Amino acid sequence: MPTQKEKLRKKELTINMGPQHPATHGVLRLELDIDGETVVKCTPHVGYLHRGTEKLGENRTYLSALPLTDRLDYISSMANNVGYCLAVERLFGIAAPERAKFIRTLASEMSRISSHLLWLGTHALDIGAMTVFLYAFKEREWILDLFEMLTGARLTVTYPRIGGVRNDVSEEFLSSLYKFTEEFPKNILEYETLIDQNRIWLQRTKNIGIITADEAINWGLTGPMLRGSGVDYDLRKYCPYDAYDQVEFDVPLGKNGDTYDRYRCRMEEMRQSIRIIRQCIEKLPQGPVMSPDAPKLTLPAKERILKDMEAMIQHFVLISKGPISAPIGEFYSAIEASKGELGFYFISDGTGKPYRMRLRSPSFIHASILPKLCEGSLVADVIANIGTIDIVLGECDR
Amino acid sequence: MNPKDAVEKIRERFPEEIREIKEHNGQISVIIRRDRVSDILKYLHSDPFLKFDLLKDLCGVDYYKKKDPRFEVVYHIYSLQNRCLLRLRAEVPEDDCWIQSVSDVYAGANWPERECYDLFGIVFKGHPDLRRVLLPDDWEGYPLRKDYPLQSDLGEREWQGYLDVIELAKKNMEFETK
Amino acid sequence: MDQKPDECVIKIDEGIKLIPGANAVVASIDKLVNWGRTSSMWPAVFGTACCAIEMMTTGASHYDLDRFGIIFRASPRQADVMIISGTVTKKMAPVMRRVYDQMAEPRYVIAMGSCACTGNVYNTYSTAQGCDNFLPVDVYIPGCPPRPEAFIEGLMKLQEKIRNEHLRWSRWR
Repeated sequence: MPTQKEKLRKKELTINMGPQHPATHGVLRLELDIDGETVVKCTPHVGYLHRGTEKLGENRTYLSALPLTDRLDYISSMANNVGYCLAVERLFGIAAPERAKFIRTLASEMSRISSHLLWLGTHALDIGAMTVFLYAFKEREWILDLFEMLTGARLTVTYPRIGGVRNDVSEEFLSSLYKFTEEFPKNILEYETLIDQNRIWLQRTKNIGIITADEAINWGLTGPMLRGSGVDYDLRKYCPYDAYDQVEFDVPLGKNGDTYDRYRCRMEEMRQSIRIIRQCIEKLPQGPVMSPDAPKLTLPAKERILKDMEAMIQHFVLISKGPISAPIGEFYSAIEASKGELGFYFISDGTGKPYRMRLRSPSFIHASILPKLCEGSLVADVIANIGTIDIVLGECDR
Repeated sequence: MNPKDAVEKIRERFPEEIREIKEHNGQISVIIRRDRVSDILKYLHSDPFLKFDLLKDLCGVDYYKKKDPRFEVVYHIYSLQNRCLLRLRAEVPEDDCWIQSVSDVYAGANWPERECYDLFGIVFKGHPDLRRVLLPDDWEGYPLRKDYPLQSDLGEREWQGYLDVIELAKKNMEFETK
Repeated sequence: MDQKPDECVIKIDEGIKLIPGANAVVASIDKLVNWGRTSSMWPAVFGTACCAIEMMTTGASHYDLDRFGIIFRASPRQADVMIISGTVTKKMAPVMRRVYDQMAEPRYVIAMGSCACTGNVYNTYSTAQGCDNFLPVDVYIPGCPPRPEAFIEGLMKLQEKIRNEHLRWSRWR
């Protein structure tokens, strides 16, 4: 006769944290094998938002593939556009004018603040601090209003163009933006007052999700994930693009590589972004906003099209066939987006459409490290880990 | 450090593996044969002078009818101490479509290799868990190849799971409130 | 006793009357039930892509949705509206259908954003061209993404649709 103890069998429970879940930011599916409260095995399933952007980009000209990049990391869409335009410009060997470079830097930093605010709001909401969510969205509205003033759209702007930006900034926009930079640091202080020394926040984020520096480099992590572990690698300092070599800023680094350090990195990055925006506004040079000396590759100014026959033909050919005098070759170019390193690899075969458009997204690499972070930890830490890797499924699945 | 120095070091260590060296706007690509890709990357990763420790990207390219071998697997590696980017392109023929996996050298190559298998059909030998990542597990076909259609209406090649959902929706319409 | 029946009843709105002496309201069951349903539509959280961010923004502090009685519920069993916001891929279609089937009657579907309405620019191998291929949709809100004001107008349209429903609560529907 089997004894009482032999009759009881323990088995691990496999639960599905499905694509429809309030705490998975988007459509991420996690299959967790749990033993009591400890996670034994974690398998992430992505691909629920795979839209075929890379194949779609091969069938469109360089200019018409630009709106597709907005929808990758849809929270900071300005930065994606800047990365794409920079990659195409470097492939063709042209450069944007100085004023456009400063405007693009300004726009990238604004989208970095917007992305970090949304990260903070949702991360805090998942861990339990609901007030931070409401406060962060209130500030985010301000930035979205500024975007609307500049470009006409709130979320998916398509403002940078190959060779510059679409239109010039107005005085009203610059003065509103300056006022924003004066008021925003007080708000960052407000968020920190709410959670920084809070006992619950510290218990849920300190020593959770630790990644050492060597592991981080081996796994290919970039951005705040890498800098939170103490590795000083920021593309804005290593290979400066746009106007980053003409402004001063610091790069915050963490020490332990846990969730709390990454949180502090991102808060400091917001402060440094404000510093960069102020310097950009002060140092903004005069000049054109679209490169005038690349006639076969960039769109001419709208006023010229209505008067000049040659400009009209150039515009027509560029829109219908694309830049037909593109050089044959390949190029990899990356920018420091708010999540990490966003890379674009183009192979051009001389026609107006790219032969291969490859997007290296930071969220895809960061999602692959979830099993390593979650295995051995509690179920509640899974939520904190998903928040700290800061993935956006549009970028992960493309 | 110039990427040309790294290319010279590869050339003296693995002279018969290099097929061609190309350059465009300051970036260098080394086209190599696929047989010893893992050894070359191990050497580049562990050499104390070169030290290419960050694998930035791993992707596949399909040169359908443009050149033979048809596929290429492109590695972008970066050295943090030397601030140098290098591109390696390994050629993979169509009929014998496999290449050695580098996930034991760079742990971050795990998911990009799965994605390359998913979208191109290139098998990575030695990969710990090679299955589809972006498309459903029972999808047939490799979409990013040039002979695969782009449009949403795939006709007979449609995924069975989607057809099942449409069937189910039609069946459940009788329970809906009109 | 001398008053005629019509004078002790005040008409407030079309089909709704108030009896002041008895503190009572007289209306048809349709109107009462529909009033209850429109004033507390609880959506199930189903954000897929960029439009989900605009949905979150509309629910947050600036354009508050709580003042309309709209509270986001995590479980589909406790929800009556499903707001599909974002691109519908073929891999996601079975999941969506399953969540819809789990909702209890009366249930409504709003397709928010151009991707959910018709597929938008993504006419590719892995994207379903609109969620109405496998879900019955009540209101379509176009836009990429639609502004919060447009989203609120879409919700108002759904409220109007519910208000005009007839006998949906009964066994004769």
